[in-house]
Amino acid sequence: MNRFLLPLSIFIVVVVFLGVGLKLNPREIPSPLVGKAAPDFSQPQLYDPATVFSPADLKGKVWLLNFWASWCSGCRTEHPVLMELAKSGEVPIFGMDYKDQRDEALAWLKRWGNPYPVVGVDDAGRVGINYGVYGVPETYVIDKQGVIRYKQIGPLDPDTVAKKILPLVKQLESQ
Amino acid sequence: MIPEIGHFALILALCVAVVQGILPIYGAAVGNSALMAVAKPAARGQFLLVLTAFCCLGYAFAEKDFSVLYVAATSNSQLPLHYRLAAIWGAHEGSLLLWTFILTIWMFAVTLFSAHLPDATRSRILGVMGLVSIGFLLFMLTVSNPFERLIPAALDGRDLNPLLQDPGMVIHPPMLYMGYVGFSVAFAFAIAALLGGNLDAAWARWSRPWTTVAWCFLTVGIAMGSGWAYYELGWGGWWFWDPVENASFMPWLAGTALVHSLAVTDKRGGFKVWTVLLAIMAFSLSLLGTFLVRSGVLTSVHAFATDPKRGLFILAFLAVVIGGSLALYAWRAPRVGLGGSFAMVSREGMLLANNVLLVAAMGSVLLGTLYPLFLDALDLGKISVGPPYFDSVFVPLMTPAIFLMGIGPLAQWKKASLPDLAKRLQWAFAVSVVTALALPVVMGNWTPLLSLGLLLAIWIATTAVVTLRERLAHVSGGSFIERLASVPRSYWGMLVAHCGIAVFIVGVTMVKGFESEKDVRMNVGETATIGDYTFRFDGTQDVVGPNYTAARGTFRVSLDGRETTVLYPEKRRYSVQNQVMTEAAIDPGLLRDLYVSLGEPLDDGAWSVRLYHKPFVDWIWGGCFIMALGGALAVSDRRYRIAWGRQKPAVPVSTGTARRKVA
Amino acid sequence: MTWVMLIVLLLSGQVWAGEARPLADDPVAEARLKHLAVELRCLVCQNQTLADSNAPLAEDLRREVREMIAKDMSDKEIIEFLVARYGDFVLYRPPLKATTTLLWVGPFVLLMIGATALIITLRRRAHKVVDVPVTDEEHRRVEQLLAEGSKRS
Repeated sequence: MNRFLLPLSIFIVVVVFLGVGLKLNPREIPSPLVGKAAPDFSQPQLYDPATVFSPADLKGKVWLLNFWASWCSGCRTEHPVLMELAKSGEVPIFGMDYKDQRDEALAWLKRWGNPYPVVGVDDAGRVGINYGVYGVPETYVIDKQGVIRYKQIGPLDPDTVAKKILPLVKQLESQ
Repeated sequence: MIPEIGHFALILALCVAVVQGILPIYGAAVGNSALMAVAKPAARGQFLLVLTAFCCLGYAFAEKDFSVLYVAATSNSQLPLHYRLAAIWGAHEGSLLLWTFILTIWMFAVTLFSAHLPDATRSRILGVMGLVSIGFLLFMLTVSNPFERLIPAALDGRDLNPLLQDPGMVIHPPMLYMGYVGFSVAFAFAIAALLGGNLDAAWARWSRPWTTVAWCFLTVGIAMGSGWAYYELGWGGWWFWDPVENASFMPWLAGTALVHSLAVTDKRGGFKVWTVLLAIMAFSLSLLGTFLVRSGVLTSVHAFATDPKRGLFILAFLAVVIGGSLALYAWRAPRVGLGGSFAMVSREGMLLANNVLLVAAMGSVLLGTLYPLFLDALDLGKISVGPPYFDSVFVPLMTPAIFLMGIGPLAQWKKASLPDLAKRLQWAFAVSVVTALALPVVMGNWTPLLSLGLLLAIWIATTAVVTLRERLAHVSGGSFIERLASVPRSYWGMLVAHCGIAVFIVGVTMVKGFESEKDVRMNVGETATIGDYTFRFDGTQDVVGPNYTAARGTFRVSLDGRETTVLYPEKRRYSVQNQVMTEAAIDPGLLRDLYVSLGEPLDDGAWSVRLYHKPFVDWIWGGCFIMALGGALAVSDRRYRIAWGRQKPAVPVSTGTARRKVA
Repeated sequence: MTWVMLIVLLLSGQVWAGEARPLADDPVAEARLKHLAVELRCLVCQNQTLADSNAPLAEDLRREVREMIAKDMSDKEIIEFLVARYGDFVLYRPPLKATTTLLWVGPFVLLMIGATALIITLRRRAHKVVDVPVTDEEHRRVEQLLAEGSKRS
């Protein structure tokens, strides 16, 4: 090969990568926890602070864990999707109220509806750190053995639910 | 109405650019002087049109015309006039207009100072610049129009990002862009030479001053950006190896290599092919930087708001401009001749070795900047490449480069002798080593890096002295002053620029080695001591600025019981964006900066306060300004002044292109 | 005597005012935190270190790290804790592994290639170049032309 073509070849490779890079979101960080056991916690429940909510109670079920907060605008965006999903009864969504004020969280759920059978409270953000949450909303799909199978970063949309979450839930249910 | 005039001026400028990009190049190819003659008026016309557009946008900002989307998005009625004008380049669309405007300024400059160039060469140069300009004008007119209307008009604007409301921001982007875009001239010279097949020593001589001027602007631009980060971000850092900083640093490294490589080509006719490649590289990296900052492929503290459509446009533009020129290079370069012969140990050899080091450093910055993207694109995970990586890679690459920097100017052209060089430099070396080892011990903190930094700085300084002494020894007669004056300015320029590096290294080394910081909780009347200076906190006051409210702290600073200065750091809240900014207060000094920034108010009137004592930190920017001064001195050398006034090519066309040899 | 001293102290407010307390309860732990945090990336920010960021998550993570320091965990353990949750993305110093080999050796490979290319080219060139395109004679002529030009202009 003509060695004067070398700069051009290198440049073409770089351009291809940059082109692929345009489609990627540099701010989305894949979780190393997918495929690992969901970290344990026992947090007070939002509606009943005296009772604790723990993933151990959900062994044998496929469920979603949704981190949200009343101050988070993305949560407002995804809320109708969660309501729809909850109504369909395909999979239970458990909430984790992340770094929030109790009264504001209650008011928020009252106003927009509550898709969660149980909401845990993570006021110090420690559960969030254990789950590798870096920005709410984030949603985890957890299987019957308590292993994280999928993590959604940012708001859920109907498309993701229909194409990713529900097929995955069906597959996990059948195992 | 005015914005429409601006918009229309841009459309006309595009038409002119198309004419300028096609006719003169075609004319030069077929030898039609009428077509070639189009280049000059077209370039000047384009300059006037873009100037008109620029003024129209400036007028819209000055008149607070919030029916223009861009004005409404980046300014506010409360914003003072000078920041409203700086807001022209406060976001994507306007900064693109600045880019284009500066490109036409450079074009205009080429039309002014190219009387001595052959017609064909000048036409090709202006033609290539016209082609580059087409891309930017199209970009603006299709997906980033700064004159887009907002109907109905906004009642008030969303304000300029408070981070950018700073005097440094008024001047930093124009400087930086003068540098980036200035490399387009060297690029156009190189492409013109490849097109014309006359890649000779004259080409190098013509390119040199243009490249050096662009390099000076870029150096100052980067230094100002770094200074801005230092006092505006409020945590005392001055370089973060952020993708956007790297985007400006890569063209600087390539440009520095180019300045040196041009010296070899100019003096000795050698390595033309390499020099041409560097000229293409320096400008390509400027364009790549534009892409990285505006496309959103990388996250950065100061990236523009991003839009994938824009990213795609710039990428396509990049592919055409850089791809095209590299293809032209691959096609034409094999025919370029070799130039003069020289031995490995010679000034040429050392300049080229320095080139290899600079380009390797540039490649590392590029690799580190793009590597996360590569891995992500291949779905191999996400990583972050940050300061620890760049620091550990950069120091080993730059150390030999700086070592060579001391020797190079002393080595003869063509062939030098190592033992001879060693003999001439033994004292410089001994003095550097001893001082570098002893000084940190005297100052009470010895670390290997500290000694290394000082060694390099002192090495540059002592070798510069040796170089100058030897140079003067060759000049016979006259008083010392006369002999000093007889040294050409380009030579002084080289020495000064190198000493700038030494000053810069002293700054970096001393700050890293001796800076101290304290996070304290201060009640009114309490004191804190850092680096022998005692700070007394006298409480905060509420102050009201034009578009912000602030808590302003008063700190009385004393040294040995005597008050030296009073500092007023602020915690500002900009009302429109409701954003809190920390305005650090700095007492700059030749030997140290004192830096105070207010943290958060705590209970009972106390504040969390961060204090820094930063020895020699101003040397970092001082060094950069000295480097740029060196460049300016070199450009003011008489041979360029003469060349610019002449009508004919200053250097006879060399035999380079006639011989078909592979370099 | 004590009275006199007390009065002097009361009169000179400056002496009376105390030395400010460090913000952190344990400056040693804080120094270690800082040392760790400058090489860690804040996840929510655009591109900032954990040490510099004021984002709530960064504050929480600093709190976690402080607690781990208090528990006397080693730097390695603390970093493993964070990597287990957020991946290598949190590290500004990418760990050396298969996928990052090129990143770490790249610069030096580049340098080696450059140096080798330079040496080979210079060697090969030394055999090929027979004549000198810009001869000393030509240089002299150029300088002469330039000198004349300066006189004329």
